[in-house]
Amino acid sequence: MPTIVVDVMPKPELLDPQGKAVSGAFARLDVDAFTGVRIGKRFELTVEGEVTEEILATARKVAEDVLSNAVIEDVVGIEVVE
Amino acid sequence: MTARIGVVTFPGSLDDRDAQRAIRLVGAEPVALWHADHDLQNVDAVVLPGGFSYGDYLRAGAIAALAPIMTEIKDAAGKGMPVLGICNGFQMLVEAHLLPGGLIRNAHQQFIRRDQRLRVENADTAWTNAFAAGEEIIIPLKNADGGYIADEETLKRLEGEGRVAFRYTGINPNGSLNDIAGLTNEAGNVVGLMPHPEHAVEPGFGPNTPAAMRSGEDGIKFFESALAAIARVAA
Repeated sequence: MPTIVVDVMPKPELLDPQGKAVSGAFARLDVDAFTGVRIGKRFELTVEGEVTEEILATARKVAEDVLSNAVIEDVVGIEVVE
Repeated sequence: MTARIGVVTFPGSLDDRDAQRAIRLVGAEPVALWHADHDLQNVDAVVLPGGFSYGDYLRAGAIAALAPIMTEIKDAAGKGMPVLGICNGFQMLVEAHLLPGGLIRNAHQQFIRRDQRLRVENADTAWTNAFAAGEEIIIPLKNADGGYIADEETLKRLEGEGRVAFRYTGINPNGSLNDIAGLTNEAGNVVGLMPHPEHAVEPGFGPNTPAAMRSGEDGIKFFESALAAIARVAA
């Protein structure tokens, strides 16, 4: 069944408290390879049958209107996977 | 005529009954409204109460902001009806774009519950007209997602237009930008804030004050303000 994957991330300029907490855990584990961690969300929208242009357009619309809040988040990817 | 103030119950609302009680204490009639209805039952004002509607899934207040009754609330708010969003209700108001900005997880990642000192910055709204501008009050704060954020341009506009209704004083409990605890819309009829006025309306059940334990009732003026605003519309 085809799936449309929508990725949403907190805006880069805004504080991401969850990412910051994971960064803190890395520091305590002596993992120093990474300069930052940010946590976003992945939505999987399943589709029965073919993913038409119309269905993709609906996915883009709900990604902007429902799945993300443009004030605090960006939709960073919409991708069809089989 | 007795003013009728609606309180909407969503799946996961917690403080709807407290809000109803606060409304009763100022002599108005509380009207229980249901999220799935398209009916405001001719109320004169609406309170969106605190709680964890839909378990804060997706984003706090996001799914409730899409509830059927929100269509009527947006419409009524546009026509000047007083609307107060408390905590989860404030989150719904920003998700419904009735107020600008967003609310994210507290900067320290913890749920917080404390008696919070606030300064009333705008005493000209439907929900703050019983206060004096600059008056300091103490009401309870209890939330996980209380960090107010907005882009720089929005913050500048809010400050310039006097739309910051309440500011945290003493400490900033959640990392909110500009210490913002609550906002008003341009017209002054829609107000949202994270702390809970409905939990500070009755001696014996409110926050501690220097005078006595649990004697704080600073929240009652929110509801007295709404009565005054409703009376002004009726006159």
